[in-house]
Amino acid sequence: MQLTNRSKVVVRKEMSLAERLYLPAILGGLFITFKHFFRKKTTISYPEVQRQFTPVYRGHHVLKRDEQGRENCTACGLCAVACPAEAITMTAAERKPGEEKMYREEKYASVYEINMLRCIFCGLCEEACPKEAIFLTDKIVHSGYERQGFIFGKDKLVEPVEADKRVDISGRLKAHRKN
Amino acid sequence: MPKVTIDNIEIEVPDGTTILQAARMIGGDVVPPAMCYYSKLETSGGYCRTCIVKVTQGSAKDPRPMPKPVASCRTPVMDGMVVQNRTAPDLLEARNGVVEFLLINHPLDCPICDQAGECHLQDLSYENGLAKSRYEFKRREFDKIDIGDKIKLHMTRCILCYRCVKVANQLCDGRVHGVLNRGDVSEISTYIQNAVDNDFSGNMIDVCPVGALTDKTFRFKSRVWFTKPMDAHRDCKKCDGKVALWMSNNEVLRVTGRKDTYGELESWICNECRFDKKEVSDWKIEGPRKIDRHSVISQNHYESLRQLKIDVSKQKNIAEKAHQDNK
Repeated sequence: MQLTNRSKVVVRKEMSLAERLYLPAILGGLFITFKHFFRKKTTISYPEVQRQFTPVYRGHHVLKRDEQGRENCTACGLCAVACPAEAITMTAAERKPGEEKMYREEKYASVYEINMLRCIFCGLCEEACPKEAIFLTDKIVHSGYERQGFIFGKDKLVEPVEADKRVDISGRLKAHRKN
Repeated sequence: MPKVTIDNIEIEVPDGTTILQAARMIGGDVVPPAMCYYSKLETSGGYCRTCIVKVTQGSAKDPRPMPKPVASCRTPVMDGMVVQNRTAPDLLEARNGVVEFLLINHPLDCPICDQAGECHLQDLSYENGLAKSRYEFKRREFDKIDIGDKIKLHMTRCILCYRCVKVANQLCDGRVHGVLNRGDVSEISTYIQNAVDNDFSGNMIDVCPVGALTDKTFRFKSRVWFTKPMDAHRDCKKCDGKVALWMSNNEVLRVTGRKDTYGELESWICNECRFDKKEVSDWKIEGPRKIDRHSVISQNHYESLRQLKIDVSKQKNIAEKAHQDNK
Protein backbone atom coordinates (compact mmCIF):
# COMPACT_ATOMS: atom_id res chain seq x y z
CA MET A 1 0.00 0.00 0.00
CA GLN A 2 1.31 3.43 -0.95
CA LEU A 3 0.28 6.45 1.07
CA THR A 4 2.17 9.19 -0.83
CA ASN A 5 4.11 9.52 -4.06
CA ARG A 6 7.14 11.00 -2.37
CA SER A 7 9.15 7.83 -1.81
CA LYS A 8 12.45 7.75 -3.73
CA VAL A 9 14.25 4.76 -5.07
CA VAL A 10 17.84 4.58 -3.77
CA VAL A 11 20.38 4.74 -6.62
CA ARG A 12 23.81 3.34 -5.86
CA LYS A 13 25.75 4.66 -8.84
CA GLU A 14 29.50 5.00 -8.76
CA MET A 15 30.87 8.38 -7.59
CA SER A 16 32.58 10.72 -10.07
CA LEU A 17 36.14 12.00 -9.60
CA ALA A 18 35.00 15.33 -8.08
CA GLU A 19 32.89 13.47 -5.57
CA ARG A 20 35.68 11.10 -4.70
CA LEU A 21 38.03 14.00 -3.95
CA TYR A 22 35.80 15.04 -0.98
CA LEU A 23 37.34 18.56 -0.90
CA PRO A 24 34.59 20.33 -2.90
CA ALA A 25 31.95 18.83 -0.57
CA ILE A 26 33.87 19.84 2.57
CA LEU A 27 34.35 23.36 1.25
CA GLY A 28 30.65 23.52 0.46
CA GLY A 29 29.87 22.52 4.07
CA LEU A 30 32.26 25.12 5.47
CA PHE A 31 30.66 27.79 3.30
CA ILE A 32 27.23 26.98 4.76
CA THR A 33 28.62 27.29 8.31
CA PHE A 34 30.29 30.59 7.40
CA LYS A 35 27.03 31.93 5.99
CA HIS A 36 25.36 31.47 9.38
CA PHE A 37 27.73 33.97 11.06
CA PHE A 38 25.92 36.76 9.26
CA ARG A 39 22.43 35.48 9.80
CA LYS A 40 20.04 36.81 12.50
CA LYS A 41 20.37 34.73 15.70
CA THR A 42 17.39 32.55 16.55
CA THR A 43 18.25 32.38 20.25
CA ILE A 44 17.92 35.13 22.84
CA SER A 45 19.72 35.48 26.17
CA TYR A 46 16.90 34.73 28.60
CA PRO A 47 16.15 36.09 31.22
CA GLU A 48 17.76 39.44 30.26
CA VAL A 49 15.80 39.44 27.03
CA GLN A 50 12.30 38.02 26.97
CA ARG A 51 10.12 37.18 24.05
CA GLN A 52 6.65 38.56 23.64
CA PHE A 53 4.01 35.97 24.43
CA THR A 54 0.97 35.33 22.33
CA PRO A 55 -2.23 36.32 24.14
CA VAL A 56 -3.31 32.68 24.17
CA TYR A 57 -0.13 31.32 25.79
CA ARG A 58 -0.90 28.63 28.35
CA GLY A 59 1.19 28.89 31.52
CA HIS A 60 0.62 29.07 35.27
CA HIS A 61 -3.01 28.56 36.29
CA VAL A 62 -5.02 31.15 38.13
CA LEU A 63 -8.30 30.81 40.01
CA LYS A 64 -10.19 33.99 39.30
CA ARG A 65 -12.30 36.14 41.57
CA ASP A 66 -15.23 38.22 40.36
CA GLU A 67 -15.43 42.03 40.49
CA GLN A 68 -16.48 41.91 44.14
CA GLY A 69 -13.51 39.77 45.09
CA ARG A 70 -15.44 36.51 45.55
CA GLU A 71 -13.97 33.24 44.32
CA ASN A 72 -15.62 32.02 41.14
CA CYS A 73 -14.85 28.34 41.66
CA THR A 74 -17.69 26.19 42.99
CA ALA A 75 -15.77 22.92 43.02
CA CYS A 76 -18.01 21.40 40.36
CA GLY A 77 -15.24 18.99 39.35
CA LEU A 78 -15.56 19.47 35.61
CA CYS A 79 -11.93 20.59 35.26
CA ALA A 80 -10.78 17.50 37.11
CA VAL A 81 -12.84 15.19 34.93
CA ALA A 82 -11.68 16.96 31.76
CA CYS A 83 -8.02 16.83 32.78
CA PRO A 84 -6.27 14.20 30.62
CA ALA A 85 -3.31 14.07 33.01
CA GLU A 86 -5.52 13.76 36.10
CA ALA A 87 -3.59 16.53 37.75
CA ILE A 88 -6.47 18.30 39.48
CA THR A 89 -8.05 17.31 42.79
CA MET A 90 -10.44 19.23 44.98
CA THR A 91 -12.57 19.08 48.07
CA ALA A 92 -15.84 20.96 48.24
CA ALA A 93 -17.31 22.70 51.24
CA GLU A 94 -20.50 24.55 51.98
CA ARG A 95 -20.39 28.29 52.39
CA LYS A 96 -21.30 29.38 55.90
CA PRO A 97 -23.38 32.47 56.67
CA GLY A 98 -21.06 35.49 56.71
CA GLU A 99 -18.79 34.13 54.01
CA GLU A 100 -20.86 35.57 51.16
CA LYS A 101 -18.09 38.07 50.40
CA MET A 102 -15.48 35.33 49.96
CA TYR A 103 -17.28 32.82 47.76
CA ARG A 104 -19.73 33.52 44.98
CA GLU A 105 -21.87 30.38 45.26
CA GLU A 106 -23.12 28.32 48.16
CA LYS A 107 -20.49 25.69 47.47
CA TYR A 108 -16.79 26.40 47.15
CA ALA A 109 -13.49 24.53 46.92
CA SER A 110 -11.90 24.28 50.36
CA VAL A 111 -8.96 22.45 48.82
CA TYR A 112 -7.95 22.85 45.19
CA GLU A 113 -4.71 21.30 44.07
CA ILE A 114 -2.98 21.02 40.72
CA ASN A 115 -0.05 18.67 40.43
CA MET A 116 2.26 20.68 38.19
CA LEU A 117 4.42 17.63 37.53
CA ARG A 118 1.45 16.00 35.86
CA CYS A 119 -0.06 19.05 34.19
CA ILE A 120 0.54 19.24 30.44
CA PHE A 121 -0.88 22.78 30.03
CA CYS A 122 -3.46 21.68 27.48
CA GLY A 123 -6.06 24.15 28.72
CA LEU A 124 -8.93 21.64 28.83
CA CYS A 125 -9.68 22.64 32.45
CA GLU A 126 -10.24 26.18 31.29
CA GLU A 127 -12.45 24.99 28.46
CA ALA A 128 -14.53 22.80 30.79
CA CYS A 129 -15.04 25.46 33.47
CA PRO A 130 -18.66 26.66 33.49
CA LYS A 131 -17.94 29.48 35.95
CA GLU A 132 -14.99 31.20 34.24
CA ALA A 133 -12.97 30.39 37.32
CA ILE A 134 -9.78 28.73 36.08
CA PHE A 135 -7.53 30.23 33.43
CA LEU A 136 -4.04 29.60 32.18
CA THR A 137 -1.97 32.78 32.26
CA ASP A 138 1.20 33.92 30.51
CA LYS A 139 3.18 33.37 33.73
CA ILE A 140 5.84 30.68 33.44
CA VAL A 141 5.77 27.94 36.08
CA HIS A 142 9.09 27.99 37.91
CA SER A 143 11.32 24.99 37.67
CA GLY A 144 12.79 23.23 40.68
CA TYR A 145 15.25 20.58 41.73
CA GLU A 146 12.86 18.66 43.98
CA ARG A 147 9.48 17.12 43.45
CA GLN A 148 8.17 18.78 46.61
CA GLY A 149 6.38 22.02 46.11
CA PHE A 150 5.04 21.16 42.71
CA ILE A 151 1.57 20.46 44.02
CA PHE A 152 0.06 23.92 43.83
CA GLY A 153 -2.69 24.63 46.34
CA LYS A 154 -5.09 27.52 46.59
CA ASP A 155 -2.35 29.72 48.08
CA LYS A 156 -0.53 29.71 44.74
CA LEU A 157 -3.53 29.50 42.44
CA VAL A 158 -6.14 31.97 43.69
CA GLU A 159 -5.49 35.53 42.57
CA PRO A 160 -5.12 38.27 45.20
CA VAL A 161 -8.18 40.27 46.21
CA GLU A 162 -6.48 43.66 45.74
CA ALA A 163 -7.54 45.28 42.49
CA ASP A 164 -3.98 46.17 41.43
CA LYS A 165 -2.69 42.64 41.96
CA ARG A 166 -5.34 40.90 39.87
CA VAL A 167 -4.20 38.63 37.07
CA ASP A 168 -5.10 39.84 33.61
CA ILE A 169 -6.59 37.08 31.47
CA SER A 170 -8.45 39.23 28.95
CA GLY A 171 -6.67 37.59 26.01
CA ARG A 172 -7.74 34.11 27.00
CA LEU A 173 -11.19 35.19 28.10
CA LYS A 174 -11.86 36.44 24.59
CA ALA A 175 -10.95 33.07 23.12
CA HIS A 176 -12.90 31.30 25.87
CA ARG A 177 -16.12 33.20 25.19
CA LYS A 178 -15.82 32.73 21.45
CA ASN A 179 -16.08 28.98 21.85
CA MET B 1 -53.07 -9.51 22.44
CA PRO B 2 -52.82 -6.20 20.53
CA LYS B 3 -50.08 -5.65 18.01
CA VAL B 4 -48.44 -2.24 17.97
CA THR B 5 -45.82 -0.76 15.66
CA ILE B 6 -43.40 1.70 17.24
CA ASP B 7 -40.86 3.33 14.90
CA ASN B 8 -41.45 0.55 12.33
CA ILE B 9 -40.82 -2.18 14.91
CA GLU B 10 -43.79 -4.44 15.53
CA ILE B 11 -44.42 -6.00 18.93
CA GLU B 12 -47.26 -7.94 20.48
CA VAL B 13 -48.07 -6.87 24.02
CA PRO B 14 -50.63 -7.85 26.68
CA ASP B 15 -53.92 -5.95 26.97
CA GLY B 16 -53.76 -2.69 28.88
CA THR B 17 -50.07 -2.07 28.16
CA THR B 18 -49.23 1.57 27.65
CA ILE B 19 -47.25 2.77 24.63
CA LEU B 20 -44.30 3.60 26.90
CA GLN B 21 -44.27 0.12 28.39
CA ALA B 22 -44.49 -1.42 24.92
CA ALA B 23 -41.55 0.73 23.80
CA ARG B 24 -39.57 -0.39 26.84
CA MET B 25 -40.28 -3.99 25.87
CA ILE B 26 -38.57 -3.24 22.54
CA GLY B 27 -35.85 -1.22 24.27
CA GLY B 28 -33.05 0.88 22.81
CA ASP B 29 -33.56 4.19 21.03
CA VAL B 30 -37.27 3.63 20.58
CA VAL B 31 -38.05 4.31 24.24
CA PRO B 32 -39.32 7.84 24.82
CA PRO B 33 -37.77 9.67 27.80
CA ALA B 34 -39.90 9.95 30.93
CA MET B 35 -39.45 12.38 33.78
CA CYS B 36 -42.53 11.74 35.91
CA TYR B 37 -43.60 8.19 35.02
CA TYR B 38 -42.24 5.54 37.39
CA SER B 39 -43.31 1.99 36.73
CA LYS B 40 -43.05 1.03 40.40
CA LEU B 41 -45.34 3.81 41.59
CA GLU B 42 -49.06 3.56 40.90
CA THR B 43 -50.82 6.47 39.15
CA SER B 44 -47.50 8.11 38.31
CA GLY B 45 -47.05 9.74 34.93
CA GLY B 46 -48.98 12.21 32.85
CA TYR B 47 -47.46 15.39 34.30
CA CYS B 48 -44.26 16.18 32.47
CA ARG B 49 -45.19 15.42 28.81
CA THR B 50 -41.65 14.48 27.82
CA CYS B 51 -42.79 11.01 26.79
CA ILE B 52 -45.11 12.34 24.06
CA VAL B 53 -45.34 10.27 20.89
CA LYS B 54 -47.10 10.68 17.55
CA VAL B 55 -49.83 8.16 16.86
CA THR B 56 -50.23 7.98 13.08
CA GLN B 57 -52.85 5.24 13.19
CA GLY B 58 -55.18 4.87 16.17
CA SER B 59 -56.01 1.20 15.70
CA ALA B 60 -56.80 -1.37 13.03
CA LYS B 61 -60.54 -0.65 13.33
CA ASP B 62 -60.18 3.13 13.34
CA PRO B 63 -57.04 4.00 11.37
CA ARG B 64 -57.37 7.77 11.81
CA PRO B 65 -54.30 9.42 13.39
CA MET B 66 -54.63 11.01 16.81
CA PRO B 67 -55.01 14.80 16.45
CA LYS B 68 -52.04 15.74 18.64
CA PRO B 69 -49.10 14.09 20.39
CA VAL B 70 -50.16 11.83 23.26
CA ALA B 71 -48.43 11.08 26.55
CA SER B 72 -47.19 7.54 25.95
CA CYS B 73 -47.08 6.70 29.67
CA ARG B 74 -50.84 7.13 30.00
CA THR B 75 -52.07 5.91 26.59
CA PRO B 76 -52.86 2.19 26.31
CA VAL B 77 -52.05 0.49 23.03
CA MET B 78 -54.76 -0.66 20.61
CA ASP B 79 -54.50 -3.46 18.09
CA GLY B 80 -52.91 -2.18 14.88
CA MET B 81 -51.73 1.08 16.41
CA VAL B 82 -48.82 2.78 14.62
CA VAL B 83 -46.64 5.01 16.78
CA GLN B 84 -43.76 7.27 15.81
CA ASN B 85 -41.13 8.49 18.22
CA ARG B 86 -37.61 9.03 16.83
CA THR B 87 -38.82 8.84 13.22
CA ALA B 88 -41.10 11.89 13.43
CA PRO B 89 -39.16 15.20 13.21
CA ASP B 90 -42.20 17.29 14.15
CA LEU B 91 -42.60 15.25 17.32
CA LEU B 92 -38.96 15.76 18.29
CA GLU B 93 -39.49 19.47 17.83
CA ALA B 94 -42.53 19.31 20.08
CA ARG B 95 -40.48 17.47 22.69
CA ASN B 96 -37.81 20.17 22.49
CA GLY B 97 -40.56 22.62 23.35
CA VAL B 98 -41.60 20.52 26.34
CA VAL B 99 -38.01 20.44 27.56
CA GLU B 100 -37.73 24.20 27.17
CA PHE B 101 -40.83 24.61 29.32
CA LEU B 102 -39.42 22.27 31.97
CA LEU B 103 -36.26 24.37 32.05
CA ILE B 104 -38.06 27.71 32.33
CA ASN B 105 -37.94 27.75 36.11
CA HIS B 106 -35.03 25.38 36.57
CA PRO B 107 -32.02 27.28 37.94
CA LEU B 108 -29.44 25.24 35.94
CA ASP B 109 -27.07 25.33 38.90
CA CYS B 110 -25.56 21.99 37.88
CA PRO B 111 -22.03 22.96 39.03
CA ILE B 112 -23.38 23.15 42.59
CA CYS B 113 -26.07 20.49 42.43
CA ASP B 114 -25.27 17.08 43.90
CA GLN B 115 -27.46 15.37 41.29
CA ALA B 116 -25.26 16.50 38.38
CA GLY B 117 -23.96 13.50 36.46
CA GLU B 118 -26.96 11.32 37.24
CA CYS B 119 -29.69 13.87 36.62
CA HIS B 120 -32.41 12.92 34.16
CA LEU B 121 -33.20 16.54 33.36
CA GLN B 122 -29.54 17.11 32.53
CA ASP B 123 -29.55 14.19 30.10
CA LEU B 124 -32.88 15.25 28.65
CA SER B 125 -31.84 18.85 28.06
CA TYR B 126 -28.53 17.70 26.62
CA GLU B 127 -30.37 15.63 24.05
CA ASN B 128 -33.40 17.82 23.41
CA GLY B 129 -32.62 21.29 24.64
CA LEU B 130 -31.15 24.47 23.30
CA ALA B 131 -27.62 25.45 24.28
CA LYS B 132 -28.90 28.76 25.60
CA SER B 133 -32.08 29.72 27.43
CA ARG B 134 -34.48 32.08 25.67
CA TYR B 135 -36.21 32.88 28.95
CA GLU B 136 -35.51 36.43 30.08
CA PHE B 137 -37.65 36.82 33.18
CA LYS B 138 -36.95 36.15 36.83
CA ARG B 139 -37.09 32.48 37.74
CA ARG B 140 -39.16 31.46 40.73
CA GLU B 141 -37.21 31.14 43.94
CA PHE B 142 -37.81 29.25 47.16
CA ASP B 143 -35.92 28.83 50.40
CA LYS B 144 -34.29 25.50 51.02
CA ILE B 145 -36.29 23.22 53.29
CA ASP B 146 -35.14 20.33 55.45
CA ILE B 147 -37.51 17.39 55.13
CA GLY B 148 -36.48 15.55 58.24
CA ASP B 149 -32.84 15.71 59.26
CA LYS B 150 -31.53 13.65 56.34
CA ILE B 151 -33.27 15.07 53.26
CA LYS B 152 -32.80 18.53 51.76
CA LEU B 153 -35.42 20.03 49.46
CA HIS B 154 -34.32 22.58 46.87
CA MET B 155 -37.70 23.64 45.59
CA THR B 156 -36.13 25.87 42.91
CA ARG B 157 -34.88 22.77 41.10
CA CYS B 158 -38.19 20.87 41.27
CA ILE B 159 -40.08 20.12 38.05
CA LEU B 160 -43.22 18.97 39.91
CA CYS B 161 -43.17 15.38 38.69
CA TYR B 162 -45.05 14.20 41.81
CA ARG B 163 -42.88 11.08 42.13
CA CYS B 164 -41.87 11.87 45.72
CA VAL B 165 -45.48 12.52 46.64
CA LYS B 166 -46.41 9.09 45.29
CA VAL B 167 -43.59 7.58 47.34
CA ALA B 168 -44.93 9.30 50.45
CA ASN B 169 -48.43 8.14 49.58
CA GLN B 170 -47.67 4.57 48.69
CA LEU B 171 -44.66 3.66 50.82
CA CYS B 172 -45.12 5.70 53.96
CA ASP B 173 -48.21 5.66 56.12
CA GLY B 174 -49.83 8.92 57.17
CA ARG B 175 -48.07 11.09 54.65
CA VAL B 176 -47.06 14.55 55.69
CA HIS B 177 -45.76 15.98 52.45
CA GLY B 178 -47.41 16.93 49.21
CA VAL B 179 -47.85 19.76 46.77
CA LEU B 180 -49.03 23.11 48.11
CA ASN B 181 -50.49 25.98 46.08
CA ARG B 182 -51.01 25.81 42.36
CA GLY B 183 -49.63 26.88 39.00
CA ASP B 184 -46.40 28.80 38.97
CA VAL B 185 -46.13 29.00 42.76
CA SER B 186 -46.93 25.36 43.54
CA GLU B 187 -44.31 23.70 45.69
CA ILE B 188 -43.49 20.38 47.27
CA SER B 189 -43.62 20.81 51.02
CA THR B 190 -44.22 19.14 54.29
CA TYR B 191 -46.97 20.89 56.15
CA ILE B 192 -45.31 23.52 58.38
CA GLN B 193 -42.07 21.68 57.75
CA ASN B 194 -43.15 18.50 59.47
CA ALA B 195 -40.40 15.96 59.34
CA VAL B 196 -41.12 12.97 57.18
CA ASP B 197 -40.58 10.21 59.68
CA ASN B 198 -40.86 6.87 58.02
CA ASP B 199 -38.51 3.99 57.39
CA PHE B 200 -38.83 4.30 53.61
CA SER B 201 -39.00 8.08 53.17
CA GLY B 202 -35.42 8.17 51.87
CA ASN B 203 -36.57 6.61 48.62
CA MET B 204 -37.95 9.96 47.55
CA ILE B 205 -34.31 11.03 47.01
CA ASP B 206 -33.81 8.22 44.53
CA VAL B 207 -37.08 8.74 42.65
CA CYS B 208 -36.45 12.47 42.23
CA PRO B 209 -35.38 12.92 38.58
CA VAL B 210 -33.64 16.22 39.36
CA GLY B 211 -31.64 17.50 42.32
CA ALA B 212 -34.63 18.82 44.24
CA LEU B 213 -34.45 16.13 46.91
CA THR B 214 -30.92 15.30 47.94
CA ASP B 215 -29.22 13.29 50.62
CA LYS B 216 -27.96 15.61 53.38
CA THR B 217 -25.38 13.05 54.50
CA PHE B 218 -23.81 13.31 51.01
CA ARG B 219 -24.27 17.05 50.56
CA PHE B 220 -21.24 18.50 48.71
CA LYS B 221 -19.13 15.50 49.78
CA SER B 222 -18.03 14.58 46.29
CA ARG B 223 -19.10 14.71 42.71
CA VAL B 224 -20.76 11.53 41.47
CA TRP B 225 -18.09 10.86 38.86
CA PHE B 226 -15.31 10.86 41.45
CA THR B 227 -16.97 8.06 43.39
CA LYS B 228 -16.80 4.38 42.61
CA PRO B 229 -20.16 2.64 42.59
CA MET B 230 -20.25 -0.83 44.13
CA ASP B 231 -23.01 -3.37 44.47
CA ALA B 232 -23.39 -4.46 48.08
CA HIS B 233 -25.90 -6.06 50.42
CA ARG B 234 -26.51 -6.66 54.11
CA ASP B 235 -29.05 -8.47 56.22
CA CYS B 236 -31.74 -5.94 56.89
CA LYS B 237 -34.96 -6.65 58.71
CA LYS B 238 -36.90 -3.89 56.99
CA CYS B 239 -35.82 -4.11 53.37
CA ASP B 240 -33.95 -6.60 51.16
CA GLY B 241 -30.69 -4.76 51.84
CA LYS B 242 -29.55 -4.72 48.20
CA VAL B 243 -27.96 -1.35 47.56
CA ALA B 244 -25.38 0.53 45.54
CA LEU B 245 -22.52 2.02 47.55
CA TRP B 246 -20.81 5.15 46.21
CA MET B 247 -17.29 4.86 47.51
CA SER B 248 -14.09 6.82 47.47
CA ASN B 249 -10.86 5.50 48.94
CA ASN B 250 -12.57 2.69 50.88
CA GLU B 251 -14.97 5.14 52.39
CA VAL B 252 -18.72 4.87 51.85
CA LEU B 253 -19.85 8.34 50.86
CA ARG B 254 -23.41 7.53 49.92
CA VAL B 255 -25.83 4.62 49.83
CA THR B 256 -28.60 4.46 47.22
CA GLY B 257 -30.86 1.83 45.78
CA ARG B 258 -29.88 0.05 42.60
CA LYS B 259 -31.23 1.82 39.55
CA ASP B 260 -32.05 0.11 36.26
CA THR B 261 -31.67 1.37 32.67
CA TYR B 262 -34.58 3.75 33.07
CA GLY B 263 -33.32 5.14 36.36
CA GLU B 264 -35.90 3.26 38.40
CA LEU B 265 -35.06 1.50 41.64
CA GLU B 266 -34.94 -2.27 41.56
CA SER B 267 -36.16 -2.36 45.14
CA TRP B 268 -36.97 0.16 47.85
CA ILE B 269 -34.39 0.43 50.60
CA CYS B 270 -34.94 1.54 54.17
CA ASN B 271 -33.55 4.66 55.82
CA GLU B 272 -31.32 2.68 58.15
CA CYS B 273 -29.46 1.19 55.19
CA ARG B 274 -29.39 4.51 53.39
CA PHE B 275 -28.34 6.96 56.07
CA ASP B 276 -26.82 5.07 58.99
CA LYS B 277 -24.67 2.32 57.53
CA LYS B 278 -21.68 4.24 56.26
CA GLU B 279 -18.94 1.80 57.23
CA VAL B 280 -17.43 -0.66 54.77
CA SER B 281 -17.71 -3.32 57.47
CA ASP B 282 -21.51 -2.95 57.46
CA TRP B 283 -21.72 -4.28 53.92
CA LYS B 284 -20.88 -7.35 51.91
CA ILE B 285 -19.47 -5.90 48.71
CA GLU B 286 -20.37 -7.89 45.60
CA GLY B 287 -18.26 -5.96 43.09
CA PRO B 288 -18.17 -2.88 40.90
CA ARG B 289 -21.48 -1.73 39.57
CA LYS B 290 -21.97 -1.75 35.82
CA ILE B 291 -22.28 1.83 34.63
CA ASP B 292 -23.19 2.73 31.09
CA ARG B 293 -20.02 3.83 29.31
CA HIS B 294 -21.76 6.92 27.98
CA SER B 295 -22.37 8.12 31.51
CA VAL B 296 -19.99 10.65 33.03
CA ILE B 297 -19.84 8.38 36.10
CA SER B 298 -17.79 5.87 34.11
CA GLN B 299 -15.19 8.56 33.37
CA ASN B 300 -11.74 7.75 34.74
CA HIS B 301 -12.86 4.30 35.86
CA TYR B 302 -10.51 1.88 34.26
CA GLU B 303 -11.82 -1.57 33.55
CA SER B 304 -9.82 -4.56 32.56
CA LEU B 305 -10.52 -6.07 29.19
CA ARG B 306 -11.58 -9.27 30.86
CA GLN B 307 -14.29 -7.42 32.75
CA LEU B 308 -15.45 -5.76 29.57
CA LYS B 309 -15.57 -9.22 27.95
CA ILE B 310 -13.90 -7.99 24.79
CA ASP B 311 -11.89 -10.60 22.92
CA VAL B 312 -8.87 -8.67 21.64
CA SER B 313 -7.61 -11.43 19.37
CA LYS B 314 -10.96 -11.56 17.63
CA GLN B 315 -10.93 -7.81 17.03
CA LYS B 316 -7.36 -8.02 15.77
CA ASN B 317 -8.36 -10.70 13.25
CA ILE B 318 -11.24 -8.57 12.00
CA ALA B 319 -8.95 -5.55 11.65
CA GLU B 320 -6.33 -7.56 9.79
CA LYS B 321 -8.92 -9.02 7.47
CA ALA B 322 -10.26 -5.57 6.66
CA HIS B 323 -6.72 -4.44 6.01
CA GLN B 324 -6.15 -7.33 3.60
CA ASP B 325 -9.40 -6.60 1.79
CA ASN B 326 -8.41 -2.97 1.29
CA LYS B 327 -5.22 -4.06 -0.41
